[in-house]
Amino acid sequence: MSFINYAAREINCKIVYYGPGLCGKTTNLQHVYAKSTSETKGKMISLATETERTLFFDFLPLDLGDIRGFKVRLHLYTVPGQVFYDASRKLILKGVDGVVFVADSQTERLDANIESLLNLRDNLEEQGFDLDKLPFVIQYNKRDLPNLSSVEELRKLLNPTAVPDFEASAFEGWGVFETLKGIAKLILIELKKGQR
Amino acid sequence: MLGKQDSFVLYDEELIRFTKVLEKLLHDSNAGSAFLIDKNGQLICAVGETDKLDTTSLASLTAGNIAATGGLAKLIGEKEFSILFHEGEKDNIHISIVGGRIILVVIFDNRSSLGLVRLRVKKAGAELQTILDDLITRTEESQKAGGSPFAEITEEDIDNLFS
Repeated sequence: MSFINYAAREINCKIVYYGPGLCGKTTNLQHVYAKSTSETKGKMISLATETERTLFFDFLPLDLGDIRGFKVRLHLYTVPGQVFYDASRKLILKGVDGVVFVADSQTERLDANIESLLNLRDNLEEQGFDLDKLPFVIQYNKRDLPNLSSVEELRKLLNPTAVPDFEASAFEGWGVFETLKGIAKLILIELKKGQR
Repeated sequence: MLGKQDSFVLYDEELIRFTKVLEKLLHDSNAGSAFLIDKNGQLICAVGETDKLDTTSLASLTAGNIAATGGLAKLIGEKEFSILFHEGEKDNIHISIVGGRIILVVIFDNRSSLGLVRLRVKKAGAELQTILDDLITRTEESQKAGGSPFAEITEEDIDNLFS
């Protein structure tokens, strides 16, 4: 649910990074924050536990630039990935414009990815969204590590509808902006089709 | 009423009306600053001493706060907690929900009092509700007329954002 501000000539869109615990959602935002200029980014907020696990959400506001005289601002959020924080995850999905699913490519996390993706679909439905109709991209993260599932296998299990997908290592910093661009494009195309 | 997936649209006229109500609220309650925030965390307008505040963060955290307490309310069978109050050593924050859709935040110190702020917020809330209703009507009319300014966006425009 974008916020179109004619008074300030701004469009604000909400993007949520979803995925299983320790898949790299916060690391994605940290990389975007580290590589963005101070003119384009706002303050990054992390509501985390003492052991730096996300407790409620991370938040990063980002300016993309102007389109047809409107400043495009993205509000990036992560959810807490750990299974028992489900109540919080539902809250963060409220009013979402686009979702990035961050998959952990390590073979031992395959089941956790599948479970998290199902949880995403269920939680979106509770908010009145259909994942198949929402701007949605998938990132296969941690491609720098050994012991990985192949992209083909991940695609087959996590991306049967062939939404845009991206390989990445948020830790090393590659693939992060490609993913962000991917989802931002889909949201803007949706906006063009008609006000959501 | 706007559905869950509809865009929240703000026009100049309603912004001016919202701002006037907030300015009067600040004056009458002797508070430091006041904000209107969409429930999804977007800042709608801010008045008063806002220079030293990160208003974007304030908006996002307030919406998170309202969402979390809304979740708590549902757990115990309440629809929502429509008023929240946070008391600090110097500054206090009064948060209330207007029309189920937007959040009114008032920050005040010992030059005001909780009782006074609550009283003035109640009055301002009714006026803000009227403006919000007008805004929703206007948005619906505009959507029916199909006047989206983004229909003309091209792939090239979008690509240019990332070049």
